[in-house]
Amino acid sequence: MRLLPLIASAVVTVGLVAVLNTQLPIGATKSPKLGYFLSPQHGFWKNAEKVNTNFDASIVASELKGNVDVYMDDRLVPHIYADHDEDAYFVQGYLHAKFRLWQMDFQTRVASGRLSEIAGADKLSIDRFFRRLGMVYGAEQTEKYINENNPVMKATVDAYTAGVNAYLKQLSPEDLPFEYKLMNYTPEEWTPKKTYLFLMFMSYDLTGRSASADLQLTNTRDYLGYDLFDKLYTNQQDSLDPIIPKGTAFAKPSIVPTKPVGSDIAYLKKQDPNLAASKISASPEAPDKNNGSNNWAVSGSKTKSGRPILCSDPHLGLNLPSLWYEVQITTPTHSTYGASFPGSPAVIIGFNDSLAWGVTNAGRDVLDYYELKFKDSTQKEYWFNGGWQATTNRQEIIKVKDSADVVENIAMTHWGPAMFDAHYQNPQSKGRNLAVKWTGHNASSGVETFYKLNRAKNFDDYLSAISLWKCPGQNFVFASKSGDVAIKQQGSFVARWDHQGDFIMPGEDSSYDWQGIIPNDENPMIKNPARGFVSSANQKSVDPSYPYYLGTAGSFPLYRGISVNKRLITMNQITAEDMQHLQTDNYNVFAEVARPALMKFIDPTKLSPDAQRMVGEMTKWNLYNNGNEKGITVFKLIWDSVENAVWGDELAGSPIPLTKPESFVLLDQMNKDTNFSVADDIRTKGKVETLKEQINLGVENATKQLLALEKEGRIEWSAFKATRVSHLTKIPALSRLNLPIGGGVNIINATSEAHGPSWRMVVHLTDEIEAYGLYPGGQSGNPGSIYYDTFVDYWAAGKYYRLLFLKKEKLIANERTKWHIQFKTA
Amino acid sequence: MKFIVSILLSALFAYAVGIYGNLPWWSFVITNLIISVALNQTPGKSFLSGALGVGVLWLGLALVIDAQNQHILSVKVATLLPLKGSYTVLITITTLVGFLLGGLSALTGSFVRKS
Repeated sequence: MRLLPLIASAVVTVGLVAVLNTQLPIGATKSPKLGYFLSPQHGFWKNAEKVNTNFDASIVASELKGNVDVYMDDRLVPHIYADHDEDAYFVQGYLHAKFRLWQMDFQTRVASGRLSEIAGADKLSIDRFFRRLGMVYGAEQTEKYINENNPVMKATVDAYTAGVNAYLKQLSPEDLPFEYKLMNYTPEEWTPKKTYLFLMFMSYDLTGRSASADLQLTNTRDYLGYDLFDKLYTNQQDSLDPIIPKGTAFAKPSIVPTKPVGSDIAYLKKQDPNLAASKISASPEAPDKNNGSNNWAVSGSKTKSGRPILCSDPHLGLNLPSLWYEVQITTPTHSTYGASFPGSPAVIIGFNDSLAWGVTNAGRDVLDYYELKFKDSTQKEYWFNGGWQATTNRQEIIKVKDSADVVENIAMTHWGPAMFDAHYQNPQSKGRNLAVKWTGHNASSGVETFYKLNRAKNFDDYLSAISLWKCPGQNFVFASKSGDVAIKQQGSFVARWDHQGDFIMPGEDSSYDWQGIIPNDENPMIKNPARGFVSSANQKSVDPSYPYYLGTAGSFPLYRGISVNKRLITMNQITAEDMQHLQTDNYNVFAEVARPALMKFIDPTKLSPDAQRMVGEMTKWNLYNNGNEKGITVFKLIWDSVENAVWGDELAGSPIPLTKPESFVLLDQMNKDTNFSVADDIRTKGKVETLKEQINLGVENATKQLLALEKEGRIEWSAFKATRVSHLTKIPALSRLNLPIGGGVNIINATSEAHGPSWRMVVHLTDEIEAYGLYPGGQSGNPGSIYYDTFVDYWAAGKYYRLLFLKKEKLIANERTKWHIQFKTA
Repeated sequence: MKFIVSILLSALFAYAVGIYGNLPWWSFVITNLIISVALNQTPGKSFLSGALGVGVLWLGLALVIDAQNQHILSVKVATLLPLKGSYTVLITITTLVGFLLGGLSALTGSFVRKS
C-alpha cells in the first residue's frame, strides 16, 4: 500500500538532488551546480570572508631550509623575511596561491590553450590559436634550457612551485576559490612549466599584436595597392620625440641588413596596383593595441631633495584579480619591494635598498609570417632553398569539456610552426600556408633578469641583469641612490631592413630570413643625460639615424611621449608628490594640435544650430581629459567621425577587416595639404568631396551621436568612457564598472575603457626609500573578500599609498603591521 | 518531543556531514533518511522535521556568514544568478533548497518505515 508513496517520494528526492547537482544550460554558458553552490558548508558561502578576518597563521613545511616570518600590513601586503633565498620564493609561491590561486590557474590555461577543457567547445578557437602560435612550444624551450643550463633559476622556480603546491595540498574542497565552484572544476598541481607559460603569455600580450597586425596590414596593402597604402600608413612621424634624444649619434652597426633583390615587387608588391585581397583574415585573438606604459627617472639635479625619483606605470588590461600582487622579499642577500606576477617568483617592477627599476613596452616587431609551399596535403615536405625539406609534426591535444579531444597537427619548419594551413583557416582563406617566426619561441632566462634586478646594487648590476632579457622587448628605466639615472631598450631585436616583416614574407628560401639579432650593446641606451631625466612612453626609441628598422608606426604611439617630455623639461625642484601628479595628468597634447587643425576647416555658418553648439563646447574645453569635461567627448566623437568620413569609403568595400590609418597621418595631412585627394568619397560618382566638406560632414555626424549621449546623461567624459576593471571571466557582477576617472588614449593617465595604468609606482631614492604605489585591484583574488578591490576607488581618484619598506624590527613595530604568518620547517 | 528531537538530530547530523568537504554536499539526504526511519513519525511530521532541521540550519549558517561578510559576496552572487542583487532573496533560496531536500529525504524515510 505504502510502496507507491515511497517510490514517488524517493524519485522526487533523488530527482531534485540530481537536478541541483547538474550544471544547467543558461544561454551559451552553464549554471553552477546549484545545490552545491548554495550549500552553506560547501558552496560560495564558504568564500564569504569575514570582514575582520584574522590572517595570523602558523604553517609547517618540510620543504623549507629554515623558518620564515611573514608580516601582513593593513593593505594585506606580505613582507617576507627569510634566512634563505629559496625559502623566500617558496613562501611567495604559497602566498600567491593562498590569495590568487584561481587566477594563476586560469591565466596559464589561456596561455596554453586549455580553456575548452573547463569551458567547452565555445573556447576552441582561442585554444587553437594559442596552440598554433606556439605558446606551449616556447614554454617548453625555456623549461628545457633552464633545466639544463641554469641551476640557480631552476632551484628558484622549483622552490616557488613547491610553495604553490604546499598550499594546494592543505586546501580542502570547501575552501576552493569561488570561481572553481562557479565553473565546477578543480585546480591541478603547479609546475615550473606553468610559470614559463605565464611568462609566454606576457610575451604574447606585449609582442603578439604582429600575429594579427601583419595579416591585416598585408590585406590592407593588397586591397589599396602599394602607392595609396604607403601614403596612408606612412612610418614617418614628424613630431616624434624619441626615447633617445634626437641627434644622438649611434655606433656603426655590426650587422648591415640588406634587402633581398627584387623585393619591391616580390614582397612589397609595388607594381601591383590592385591585388585581389588576400584571403587570410584577422586572428580570433589580439592583444590590446594600447598595451604600453610610461616610465621615467629624474636625476637629483631636478629634484628638491637632490636625489633621483623613478616612476613606472605599465598600461595593461584592467582586470580583477589584478595581474599584480605587491610583496616585500627580504633575505640576507637582498631586500626588495614591488609588484610581482602571481605565477612567477621575484618582484617584476619595484625597488630595493639601492635602486629602483621599471619597464615599458618597446613595441619592436619580433614576430613575422613566412609563406610556405607544401609538397602535398600531408604537409610532410615544404619547398626551401631549392629542395623539398622535411617538416616535423608537433601534436597538440586539446581536451574539450563534454566533447571529444581535438588534435592539432602542426608542421614545424625552418621558420617555426606552420600556424595557418589547410586545417586552420578562416572561412575566406584558401590555400595559404603561413609559418610564424617569433623571438618568443626561443628559450630564455628572462626570469633571471628580475632575480638579478631584485639583488642589483648599482648601474653595472642593472646592465648585467637586463642583458639576459629577450622577449618581450622592454625599456628598462633605472635610478639609484648613488645618483645615476638611465634607460635602455633591451630584448632580442631583429636586425631588419626597411619594412622587413611588415607584411607576410616569401618563405621559399632564406633570402627573407632574419639576418641577425642586434647585439645588446647596440640597443638604444642613455645614462645621466644633460637634460636631467630619462623617459619612455612606447614611442619610437630612436630617430631615423638609428641603423636598424623598428617596425610600423602603428606600434609606436606618439603623443604620450611628447607630453611626458614637455612636462619634465620644464619641471624643477621636483618632489614625489609632483611625480604623482604627472602620472595622473590628463592633458591632451594630441587635441592641442588637432583642435586648431579641425577649426581651420570648420565653417560654423554652414552647420546646424546643434552642431554649432557642440563645436562651441569643443572650443571652450580646457584640453584636459578630466572626468567631468564635456569638450573631450565632443572632440573625440568629431575626430572619429572625421576619420570615418575620410578613410571609411576607402576601407568600406573590404570583406575582411583592414587596419585603420594612424591618427597622426590625417592630422599631418590637415596641417600640410588641404587638397588631400584621399578625402574624396570614392562611393559618390561624379562628385569630388574636399577635406573641408568631409570635416563639416564629420561634425554633423558626431552631433547626432552627441545629442543622443546628452539625452542619456552620458556626455561627460568619465560617463562616456565608462572605465571598468573587469573580472577575468568578464562577469559584470564580479567587476567594477563606470569608474569616475579621466584620462584616455594619448594621455599620460592612459586610462581608457578597459585598459590603463595597472601599477602606478613612484620611488624617491632617499636614504630611507620613500615609495608610493598602487594598482586598481586588491591583494585578495577572492570576490568575497573585503580586500578584493580595496585599491580601486583610490586609484580612480588618483591617490597613492605610502609603501612600507622596512627592516624586520621596524616593520614589526609599525602601526600598519597587522598579522603574522609563521612558516616553520618540519 | 519526538518532533523536536527529530528536528535537532536532523540539523546536527546535516551539520556534521557538512564539515567534511570531501563528502558530497547532499550527504544530509542520507542522514535525514536514516533519522526519519529510526524515529518513526507520520509522513507529515517527518517532512516538516527534516525540512526544518536542514532549512533552519542553512538559514542560520547563511545569515551568520552573510552578516560577518557584510553582504560583500551575497550581493555579487545575487547579481550574478540573477536575483537583482538581493541578498535576502539569495538567503531565502538557499534556505528553500535545504528545506525542500531535508523534507523530501525525511518523507522518504518515513515511507520506508511504513512499507
